Amino acid sequence: MEKTGTWKVKTGLAQMLKGGVIMDIINAEQAKIAQEAGACAVMALERVPSDIRAAGGVARMADLSIIEDIMKAVSIPVMAKCRIGHFVEAQALEATGVDYIDESEVLTPADESNHVWKHDFKVPFVCGCRNLGEALRRIDEGAAMIRTKGEAGTGNIVEAVRHIRAVMSSIQKLVNARQDELMALAKEMGAPMELVETIHQTGKLPVVNFAAGGVATPADAALMMQLGADGIFVGSGIFKSSNPEARAKAIVQATTHFQDPKIIAEVSKNLGEAMPGLDIKQIPTEELLATRGW
Amino acid sequence: MKIGVLASQGAFAEHIATLHRLEVDTTPVRLTRHLTSLDGLIIPGGESTSISKLMLGYDLMDEIRNLAKNGLPILGTCAGMILLAKKIPDSDTEPIGVMGITARRNAFGRQKDSFETDLSIPVLGEKPFPGIFIRAPLIEQVNDGVEILARLADYTIVAARQEKLVAAAFHPELTDDMRFHRYFLDIVTGDR
Repeated sequence: MEKTGTWKVKTGLAQMLKGGVIMDIINAEQAKIAQEAGACAVMALERVPSDIRAAGGVARMADLSIIEDIMKAVSIPVMAKCRIGHFVEAQALEATGVDYIDESEVLTPADESNHVWKHDFKVPFVCGCRNLGEALRRIDEGAAMIRTKGEAGTGNIVEAVRHIRAVMSSIQKLVNARQDELMALAKEMGAPMELVETIHQTGKLPVVNFAAGGVATPADAALMMQLGADGIFVGSGIFKSSNPEARAKAIVQATTHFQDPKIIAEVSKNLGEAMPGLDIKQIPTEELLATRGW
Repeated sequence: MKIGVLASQGAFAEHIATLHRLEVDTTPVRLTRHLTSLDGLIIPGGESTSISKLMLGYDLMDEIRNLAKNGLPILGTCAGMILLAKKIPDSDTEPIGVMGITARRNAFGRQKDSFETDLSIPVLGEKPFPGIFIRAPLIEQVNDGVEILARLADYTIVAARQEKLVAAAFHPELTDDMRFHRYFLDIVTGDR
């Protein structure tokens, strides 16, 4: 008996992506560049986050014909984004046959209270988080992979660092806590007790955790890896830079060799201009993406 | 005994964890200098194009190819199996190419077709082995001198051995069943 859509195959695909770079792309041509550079998967979008930010208005799931073109163009896994809580966009993406769905704060949320109940799907989901409680709520809803949110489309790593540090230090806190403190900690972080106990015992998240939102350079990628990420999402950082091919390749190398300063130094040379960066403090609060979802 | 696990990209930590449970000394391999004094090597699952490009970047490809030709035991799972194969149809990925098999990539389809099934693997004994197939390849053809280790119910070949090289389309590193790793370690020590 062959069983499809099991928790094991959902989380297993994320395990296969570890140590790799998942790149945002908007067409088949960019998908091929990403694959050629060594990306372990691509994220199909209609616009990269910095353009979504610039355009304003409502950002929705991409046109499915673009996603189909991309699926035909590359052999690596293709992910695509649905709006937070928009389970029908998710159904459509599942029907299209994408390999992973990102229920993403980069798109305009469809539901300000509820996320998609992801256990209903055979396709696996990745969701964003700013802290451990948010990660565990998403996992309880069925997310088979987590990514820290950072602040997408800024080329500024500061929020990504804040979020991965928050997740990693809360994991340590749960590990060091006494059994009789776990319920209070679960209440405080708004996380399911069962998953809090799992982390207390194992010392790690039960699913793979990538870093996202602001990675623009090879050093940024290696920084997130050294802080404990399992892999990297790069959004606007590649195709909004002056030399996407070279930068994509360099970020892939830096993610593998994140503990090797000589290699990081070497691959960081002659990459041209990085994407233009944004100071988070200059962004009006209502335009911040990371605060979407809970 | 020391076993290297190629750590360019993919599920290398899971293989290392299994080897630790078997109390085997391991080292992650990212550069050629990590290949010295190894008794065996594991190439994990991951994305074969990504792993192949990372291997080409720092001369790992040639070095591993030479070691394999000189008899280094290698276990390749999923992407690792693809990289061991001499032939990968419809792909411009460069494999290590030391094992006489033809490996078809994503042979069962996309992620929605990924599956779990109980596998019969005679060399591991009668108890079925938990087969986890994730965007898995299959072995389309085997050359002379290649022993078939496992087939699905429809006779699709999913594991094979050629002397000290072992390839599996599935992921023993994602299960608690350590028999497949033990089988490989027996090949390393010359007991199989």
